[in-house]
Amino acid sequence: MNMVQALNSAMDVMMARDDNVVVFGEDVGYFGGVFRCTEGLQRKYGRDRVFDTPIAEAGILATAVGMGVYGLRPIVEIQFADYIYPATDQLVSTAARLRYRSAGEFTAPITVRAPCGGGIFGGQTHSQSPEAIFTHVCGLKTVIPSNPYDAKGLLISAIEDDDPVIFLEPKRLYNGPFDGHHERPVTPWSEHEAGEVPDGHYTVPLGRASVVREGEDVTVLAYGTMVHVALAAATEAELDAEIIDLRTLVPVDIDTIVASVTKTGRCVIVHEATRTSGFGAELSALVQENCFHSLESPIARVTGWDTPYPHSLEWDYFPGPKRVAEGLRRAMED
Amino acid sequence: MKNTIPLQLHVPEPPARPGQAPDFSWLQIPEAGSVPRPDTATEPQEMRPLAYTLIRVLDEAGAAVGPWNPRLDPETLRRGLRTMMLTRAYDERMFRAQRQGKTSFYMRCTGEEAIGVAQAMALDDRDMIFPTYRQQSILIARGWPLVDMMNQVFSNTQDRLKGRQMPIMYSSKQASFFSIAGNLATQFPQAVGWAMASAIKHDDRIAAGFIGEGATAEGDFHHALTFASVYGAPVILNIVNNQYAISSFQGIAGGEHSTFAARALGYGLPALRVDGNDFLAVYAATRWAADRARSNRGATVIEHFSYRATAHSTSDDPSKYRPAEEAALWPLGDPITRLRAHLTALGEWSDERQAQLSTEVDNEVQQAQREAESYGTLGTGEHHSPATMFDDVFKEMPWHLRRQRQELGF
Ligand SMILES: Cc1ncc(C[n+]2csc(CCOP(=O)(O)OP(=O)(O)O)c2C)c(N)n1
Repeated sequence: MNMVQALNSAMDVMMARDDNVVVFGEDVGYFGGVFRCTEGLQRKYGRDRVFDTPIAEAGILATAVGMGVYGLRPIVEIQFADYIYPATDQLVSTAARLRYRSAGEFTAPITVRAPCGGGIFGGQTHSQSPEAIFTHVCGLKTVIPSNPYDAKGLLISAIEDDDPVIFLEPKRLYNGPFDGHHERPVTPWSEHEAGEVPDGHYTVPLGRASVVREGEDVTVLAYGTMVHVALAAATEAELDAEIIDLRTLVPVDIDTIVASVTKTGRCVIVHEATRTSGFGAELSALVQENCFHSLESPIARVTGWDTPYPHSLEWDYFPGPKRVAEGLRRAMED
Repeated sequence: MKNTIPLQLHVPEPPARPGQAPDFSWLQIPEAGSVPRPDTATEPQEMRPLAYTLIRVLDEAGAAVGPWNPRLDPETLRRGLRTMMLTRAYDERMFRAQRQGKTSFYMRCTGEEAIGVAQAMALDDRDMIFPTYRQQSILIARGWPLVDMMNQVFSNTQDRLKGRQMPIMYSSKQASFFSIAGNLATQFPQAVGWAMASAIKHDDRIAAGFIGEGATAEGDFHHALTFASVYGAPVILNIVNNQYAISSFQGIAGGEHSTFAARALGYGLPALRVDGNDFLAVYAATRWAADRARSNRGATVIEHFSYRATAHSTSDDPSKYRPAEEAALWPLGDPITRLRAHLTALGEWSDERQAQLSTEVDNEVQQAQREAESYGTLGTGEHHSPATMFDDVFKEMPWHLRRQRQELGF
């Protein structure tokens, strides 16, 4: 399966298992979503459980909270992560805090799916990676898968989770493990082992990272598209890098991070999002707090620049394999 | 009290889906010329029926009839026709350029040309437009150079926006045309803010905001109407109802049980519902709303009832969600065909002149394209230096951006 099919399968499996799961959002019903992630679900489960909404992200999140309070498990799609901002009040002030403010009486077990990241010439309003905006909000879990197998398992975990989960889908990974080499065609997921996705129910637990490549020289902390970019960069830099796919940003898998950095003594953090106050800043602080005595060189960050995502200069903005390889070499210098 | 029947969720469905015959039986189209035209001084409460009807001027025979007839001279009519045709030719060329890999994306306004062109012609060029991505016709009507628009579409070396914005996200302060937003609806209350500023400064310019019927569901739409009503802002609030958002029909936006124009009534604003494919009706309605705004009577909401005749964008395939023949059978016709018929009926137009004009606008667009392409296209890759990426984030570049620019090698 590619990632779109894997996500579709996760929702399908959960809708079949649990009558309380409903799916809604802009264009997700009859049409099956602009990226086709919900294709066929309305036909299968009916318009009561899979439906189109008005173009109103605040309304989508608000009604999801109400449904969650009733006892449903809404999965909502925000067409692009760039369009989630009208919903932030509902997310930040209500969904994230409902359990706390009612001492557990009311909860919002919502999964918010949103395609993120660039690489499709989408300009500043179809390319953003706003994960750090959500990781900063207490009460929200934030998940970003990097392959179809994880995407399905993580999405099922997110749906089953009793707290609100922001589920960001790197759209550039929908069809294949894009590694930043935009000049080459991407290999399809069908030729990748993570494209082997079971049809039935399984989970990938939230809060657990995965070591996608073991190594001794340097630890790379990555998620989403950047996992594949880091793999390419490590190969090209001919370094024995240990690459960690965080998968969940909150709660982050601190044990896996600490074990790896303690072993390698070096750490490079990569993300596509802008640098300042990006999730890399949090990771850097965690590594410094937990691994200070093991560190042999300064922690390096390779990220998107602190500018909006520019349309024609997309590949000068994107932290591709060349820049990540430079970061790796920098970390190896001292 | 206990409910005795199980509750049901209502999810609106369009009248026809792919494979079914288009169904327009829900459409109520009043006769051209049948809707009364109140004085602009009339109290909004007395004009409420105008939100539920359809102001039409051009009849089936191409005659201009009724109280809303703006009585335009043939020269103005021909200018309207030419601008609509130029817009369509421009759209067709840019659409093809996208298909040829010269740019990443494009959006046409096919079938909706009258809305932008007639409104622009009925306003002063200094009035401020807060458009959506489907009002390129306004820039064209204001005589903005096609080459400059194409430079933006191609993100080339002459693109004034430095390749930062997706194609069609034009911006021209000089043409009083606000930077187009990708985030739906945000411009609508901004138009009201601009109009409030104009009133604060006792200026003579008014504003016109645009929004699609789909995006009226956003909170920003309601902020616009609230502020416009509270402060009597001199603004025209245009809703372009082209029947579809992307795949969802206007019923999903809340058009099933009321009209979009009628949204205005709860705010105490007057509303006009207009045949958006009727150049003269759009012109007359705009004039009426502009006169109200200019005489300190405040904002007017106009719903332009139209049909999105082509795909939402180059990323969309409408055959997946609506009958393919629906566009061709749209009962309100095509704005260009209708204005042409009117000019012909007046004896002010001929098939020869039409053919001649058609060639003329095609040539104009082709010539502009040749020039724009000489400055590069996204496909060929000539664009602004990557160093420019760090400009304009702030007025003055802080240290961290300078350092990042160095990291990139500049
Ligand atoms: C806040 C926000 N949400 C969603 C989108 C994605 N989107 C782009 S255009 C569109 C449909 C808009 O429909 P409508 O307002 O009717 O305008 P039209 O395209 O028909 O002119 C959607 C959902 C967006 N750009 N911004």
